[in-house]
Amino acid sequence: MNVGQPAIALAGIWTRYRDVVIHKDLDLTVEAGQVVGLVGGSGSGKTTLLREMLGLLRPARGRVSLFGFDLAQRDPFGQRAVRRRLGMLFQHGALFSALSVYDNIAFPLRELKCLDADWIRHLVHLKLSMVELEPRHGRLMPAELSGGMVKRVALARALALEPELLLLDEPTAGLDPDRSENFVRLIQQLQRELGFTVVMVTHDLDTLAGLATEVAVLAEQRIVAKGPLPEVMAVDHPFIRNFFCCERGLAAMQKANT
Amino acid sequence: MTSEPVLTRAGDCNTLTGPWTLAALLPGLELLRRELDAAGKAGGGWDLSGVTRLDSAGAILLWRAWGGRLPADLVASDEQRHIFDRVAAVAGHEAPPPAPRVSPVAATGRYALRGLDQVHGLVALFGQLILDGAHLFRYRGEWPWREISANLYKSGAQALPVSALVGFLIGVTISYLSALQLKTFGADAFIVNILGISIIRELGPVLVAVLVAGRSGSAMTAQIGVMRVTEEIDALATMGISRTVRIIFPKVAALTLAMPLLVLWTSAVALVGGMLAALVQLDLAPAYFIDNLPRAVPVANLTIGLVKGMVFGFSIALIACHFGLNVRPNTESLSSHTTTSVVSAITTVIIIDALFAVFTRNLGLPQL
Repeated sequence: MNVGQPAIALAGIWTRYRDVVIHKDLDLTVEAGQVVGLVGGSGSGKTTLLREMLGLLRPARGRVSLFGFDLAQRDPFGQRAVRRRLGMLFQHGALFSALSVYDNIAFPLRELKCLDADWIRHLVHLKLSMVELEPRHGRLMPAELSGGMVKRVALARALALEPELLLLDEPTAGLDPDRSENFVRLIQQLQRELGFTVVMVTHDLDTLAGLATEVAVLAEQRIVAKGPLPEVMAVDHPFIRNFFCCERGLAAMQKANT
Repeated sequence: MTSEPVLTRAGDCNTLTGPWTLAALLPGLELLRRELDAAGKAGGGWDLSGVTRLDSAGAILLWRAWGGRLPADLVASDEQRHIFDRVAAVAGHEAPPPAPRVSPVAATGRYALRGLDQVHGLVALFGQLILDGAHLFRYRGEWPWREISANLYKSGAQALPVSALVGFLIGVTISYLSALQLKTFGADAFIVNILGISIIRELGPVLVAVLVAGRSGSAMTAQIGVMRVTEEIDALATMGISRTVRIIFPKVAALTLAMPLLVLWTSAVALVGGMLAALVQLDLAPAYFIDNLPRAVPVANLTIGLVKGMVFGFSIALIACHFGLNVRPNTESLSSHTTTSVVSAITTVIIIDALFAVFTRNLGLPQL
């Protein structure tokens, strides 16, 4: 364990897609226990940045380290160990469509190959109850789930290995306002109980105001502002002005405070 | 601060220290589990105040060592107790039962019924295609010409090189093996009859059908299947565009047209291959071969071969589209349907070929 290391440290990241530069000398540090909301315009490379944090993509230049482990290192065991410390909630769930809900959540646990069936059963039911699903839902196949349930199951799977870092890609996209509020409350409650670090990409101001302790704004190929929401909203930048658009942002903040 | 979970037993008290999390537990799991079991049986007090982190995996491990209840003498923080409450709440839940075993009789019955279902679906699709055809004859402007020509190119023109290669090699092989036999009887000239009849009437159509079923049939099933999974077919339907007219009909029409042409091409290349092998092996002049081919092989054989090609093409496309339309939205279904599509198409082709052989047994035999 690397105590005191930031959960995520991005330093001097350059990302290029063909001739288009997406990130230009980007730096971002996420301390353990923070809930960071990553916002930015469409096509500003938020999801790309998230994929680089996961090691699914490699930046053209720069260093990505998770818990002090440099993802560029060719150390298969180190890579696996660091990946087991993070969970990812994909935008569309990315559930294994051939496996039932139960097996989807049990899958990463079985892959550890040292837990017995009883322990796995106990853990799966615990995760199901954490995301407020019932044991009978375990029998369903992903194709039979509603959009909100897919997100819950995907969250349960992301939490299966008790990650210290949770990455969320558009956690509330595609949910109706009521469900998205519930989902935000669920993540918030779990975060408080389990104390993991969260990085999330979102467009939704309510989600941002309700969940994030810090907001990082991605614009002009770099992070133009990072800090608590009120501080970021005070920054004078065309994108920030447009995105939070005064009344909209204030309304969301008020809603979150009440 | 220790970086691994430790259990120390002093007198009647079990003291836990370090992080009791899944990641930290894994390295020394076996030893720890044995110690915990022993400590659980011995009983006594438990002190969790030295635990830096406790997650649900660690909590479940302890819970099981305690035999499914909190020990009477437990020192733990409120948060830790909260985690144990959660664990206790789900302790009784069973895993979903495995799928019940089906008796062989029931399995056979189900299998047969499913087969009948497929036949039913195929017949329905066939009927739909006839209705579409009638519709298209009344409204000439709606013919999906672009789709048909695209499919002709994909499943016809692009299949030319591979079918030529296979045809050529088969022609060489058959010619070479037959020549060895014919030589011993001194019946060299009959190589023309053997190659002509077998390739034009039988091997050409069947070879191409197997190739096309593997090549275009699987592609059709996978394409339509993915279109179903991604709801593209539903999107077409909401625009008021018939899925059969736009997707199925062009594929079936194109393959029905392309197959006889492919059969002609492959048979021709196979005959060229056979001719060359005969030249090398039997010293049979190509001019003699070409001269004698029409005499040895009546033209009815060519007709039979081409008609077979059409029927094979139609069946392969129909089966491929039928299985594609029945893909359910998961990866397992997509792969199994593609496999079934190719296997059924090849089986059907061979059954149809056998029927052709029986019903055309009096046609196209050379008059000696």
